[in-house]
Amino acid sequence: MAVAELSAVDAADRAVIPRRVKAIDNPPAWLIAVGWVVGLFLVLPTLIVIPMSFSTSTTFAFPPVGFTWHLYANFFTSSTWLLALGNSVLVAVLTAIVATALGTAAALGLHQLTGRAARVVRTLMMVPLVAPAIVIATAVYITYLQWRMTGTLAGFVLAHAAISLPFVVVSVSAALSGFDPLLLRASASLGATPVRTFIRITAPLISRGIVTGAIFAFVTSFDEVVIAVFIHSPTFQTLPVQMYNSVTAEIDPTISAASSLIVVVVALLFLAPLAFRRRKGRAGK
Amino acid sequence: MSMTKPRASAGTLGNWLILVPALALLVVILGVPLVENVVRSFGLPGQFSLDHYAQIFTERTTLNIMFRTLVAAVVVTAITLVLGYPYAYLMTRVGPGARGVMLTVVLIPFWTSALARNFAWIILLGNNAPVQQFFQFFGLPNVVLYGTATGVTVAMSQVMLPFMVLPLFASLGAIDRRLLLAARGLGSSPIVAFWKIFWPLSRTGVVSGIILVFTLSLGFYVTPALVGSPQQSLVAQLLGQETTQLLDFAGAGALGTFILVVTLALVVWANRLGGSVSAIGAVSAAPGGAASGARAGRGR
Repeated sequence: MAVAELSAVDAADRAVIPRRVKAIDNPPAWLIAVGWVVGLFLVLPTLIVIPMSFSTSTTFAFPPVGFTWHLYANFFTSSTWLLALGNSVLVAVLTAIVATALGTAAALGLHQLTGRAARVVRTLMMVPLVAPAIVIATAVYITYLQWRMTGTLAGFVLAHAAISLPFVVVSVSAALSGFDPLLLRASASLGATPVRTFIRITAPLISRGIVTGAIFAFVTSFDEVVIAVFIHSPTFQTLPVQMYNSVTAEIDPTISAASSLIVVVVALLFLAPLAFRRRKGRAGK
Repeated sequence: MSMTKPRASAGTLGNWLILVPALALLVVILGVPLVENVVRSFGLPGQFSLDHYAQIFTERTTLNIMFRTLVAAVVVTAITLVLGYPYAYLMTRVGPGARGVMLTVVLIPFWTSALARNFAWIILLGNNAPVQQFFQFFGLPNVVLYGTATGVTVAMSQVMLPFMVLPLFASLGAIDRRLLLAARGLGSSPIVAFWKIFWPLSRTGVVSGIILVFTLSLGFYVTPALVGSPQQSLVAQLLGQETTQLLDFAGAGALGTFILVVTLALVVWANRLGGSVSAIGAVSAAPGGAASGARAGRGR
C-alpha cells in the first residue's frame, strides 16, 4: 500500500494544491461532518477487536466485560494456535522469498522488453489480481487433490507466491521506472558482468521497490484466507484457517486475541517502509 | 556497429529468460488448475456437453443465489459510491496534513487482517451489539443483522469502500476547481455548478470505482461465509460448497469458469472505458481485500 499512498499523495499534491483557491472556497460544515462519519465507519469496526480481546466473556458478546489477559495466555499456550502461527510465519517468509526472487527477475526482464509479446506477458502477470480468489481457490484445490499437495508446505508457498507475484512485479517495476539504463552500459563498459552489475548497481537503486514487494508478498500470504481454507489439512493449517474455524466450527474467543495481534503486526509491517523512507529522506538532507 | 546488434539480441533473449521462472510458477500453479476447470466443466472426457453451464441458468436455487449476489453487489456499489464520493471530494478540499490523515484512514482496512475485520462485523452485528442498540434507539427492538443478507451487505460495504474512494480521489483531485468558480462567477448556483461542471468531469473516477467495487463484490467469499448464513448464501459460497461438500467438480468447473469470465470481461470493459481503471487494474481482487493495489491511487 505504501506505493499507492505515495503516488496518490504525489498526484494530489501536483493536481490540487496549485489550483486551490482559498477563503471563498472552504468545504461546507455538512461535508466535513459526512467525512467524519465515513472515516469512523472505516476505522471503528476494526478497532473493536482490541477491547474484545481483553473480555472475560466466553462468547463473542458485546460489549466486552471485565479485563483479563486470559485470551492472550490462551493464544500463547495453545499448541493449535501456536502451530498455526508458526506455519503462517513459515509460509509467509518462504512466499516472500520465492515471490520476491521471481517477481524481481520478471520485472527486470519486462523493463527491458518492448512490443506486443511483452505487453501480453505483463497483462498475464496481473491476472491473479483480478481473478476472484474463490475461483482460484476451488480450482487449485481440485488440482492439488490430484497432485497430493493439499496440506503441504510447498502447496501453500507456491499458491501464495503465485498470487503475490503481481505485487512484487508492480512495485519493482515502479522502482525501475526511475532507473537510468545508461548506468547498465557504463557498468558493462567498465568490465562488469551482468550479475555483478545487478548486485552493485541495479539492486541498491531499486532496493525500496524490492523491499516493498517483499513486504506485500509476506502480508498477502500471512493474511490469505480463501485459498488456505480450501488447501489446508487437519495436520497443516495457517493462522487465518484456525481463525476461520474458530468462528465457524467452534466458538473460540481466542480469535479476539489473534485478531488484535494480527492487526498490530500487519500495521507495523506496513508502517515499516514509511519509517524507513523517512529516515532515508532525513539522511539525504 | 556490427558488434552491437548480436549483443542486443542476446540481451533480449536474456530478458525473456529471466521471465521464465515467474511465468512457470503462474502457468503451473494457476494456469493449469484454471484450464483444467474449463475442461472439467464440459463434462467427461470425450463427451462434450454444455449441461453444466445450462444448469447454472435453469436450476432454481442457483438462479436465486445469482440474483441475490447481483443485488448485493449493486447495493454495495451504491452504498460505497454514496459514502465514498463526498469523502473523496472532501479529500481534495482539505490541506495536505488533513489529506494525509484521510488517506491513512482509507488505507487502514488494507492494513488490517481480512479475518479480523470480518470477525469485528460478527461482533457488531450480533445480538445486543452496537448495531442492534442503534436500531433500538429508533424504536426497532429486534434487529439482528448477523446471518442476513443485509448484514453481509453492510460489512461488505465497509470492506469495499477504499476501492471506491481511491479511484474517485485520483479523478476528483485532477479536476481544475477554477472551473467551478468560473461557473459561479457566471451566475450559477453551487448545486448547478457541481452538477453541470464537477460531476461530468468526475465520471472516469465514478465509472472505475463502480466497476471495481461491483466486480470485487461478485466474488466475495469470506464475508458472506462468516457474517451471512447458508440460507442466504452468495455465489462464491455456492462454488465453495459444490467443490468441498457436493464434490461436483464439473459443476464447480462451470460455475467457476462463468464467474471468472464475467469478472475478466468486466475488467477488460473497464479498461476499454479508459480513465484511471487501467491504473487500478492492479488493485487486489482478493475477496476480503487483504492487500491492495500498488498503483491504486495513481490514476490520471
